[in-house]
Amino acid sequence: MRELALHLLDIAENSVAAEAGTVWITVEEDHAADRLRITVEDNGRGMDAEMVARVTDPFVTSRTTRKVGLGIPLLKAAAEACNGFLTLTSTPGKGTQVVVEFQHSHIDRMPLGNLAATILTLVVGSPQVHWVFRYRVDGQEYEFDDAPVKAALGDVPLSEPAVLGYLRDALESGIAEARAAAQAANARQAAAR
Amino acid sequence: MVDKVKTLEDLRKLREEALEKRRVKTASGQVQIVVGMGTVGIAAGARETLKAILEYIEKENLSGIIVRQTGNIGLDSFEPVVQVIFDENNKVTYGKVTPDAARRIMKEHVQGGQPVKEYLIEG
Repeated sequence: MRELALHLLDIAENSVAAEAGTVWITVEEDHAADRLRITVEDNGRGMDAEMVARVTDPFVTSRTTRKVGLGIPLLKAAAEACNGFLTLTSTPGKGTQVVVEFQHSHIDRMPLGNLAATILTLVVGSPQVHWVFRYRVDGQEYEFDDAPVKAALGDVPLSEPAVLGYLRDALESGIAEARAAAQAANARQAAAR
Repeated sequence: MVDKVKTLEDLRKLREEALEKRRVKTASGQVQIVVGMGTVGIAAGARETLKAILEYIEKENLSGIIVRQTGNIGLDSFEPVVQVIFDENNKVTYGKVTPDAARRIMKEHVQGGQPVKEYLIEG
């Protein structure tokens, strides 16, 4: 996978598979600290310590009865190659949290990619989950919570054409506006110096 | 018809219109489209495939189509995998569905009723 947004989609799919009621996704870009951090937190069924070890390092642990994918280990390796890390904490019955961080300016860091397409895929494709997405860039924040949209729609599906247009516009412009506001603030700061 | 949906209020109006339409027309003919979104599917381009399907629905203004994602379907070498389900007895699975293939499936199968043979993997 050549973009972080695709890895984010992959991690969030694990939350869907864990039957999470709510998934909180945060993408944070901090140019001053030179960090890029993605957090996916869910209230799904969680995992025990052995399963956590297997999911993060599938070739280290011995048990082979349950199949685990390579999504998390590959993302972990990518983060570690960019002065970053990946941590996965989980409590059975409570939920799971994945935090992955990169050095923002690292030459090997994958591009963030199409965040709006990833969130739209999750919201429309798994409507049984309550999605909360936050995008923070240098102190500017955009938040998308799908609960008010679903409440307004009732039983009208999210895949209705007019709703798709609404969601796509909201996500794309929300992300772009946060980025533009951060750029403007950074430029003002640079000019003041 | 709401021209362009921009606010939550517009969404509420849309819901009222949808309820109105349903009174006239029964809910028959609803199609479900399922896209496999496991790790292998995503790596093979499943997000772009789903995106192409959503864009097609939006562009053609197709009502009554449910699009869902699912985890690994278990057909790794055929990813991205897409299922088109009219009902339990009318269900097909497509493999190696690129965005272009997805647009053909939408046009010829979902709209036209003719399965696209070259991407069929079963059923």
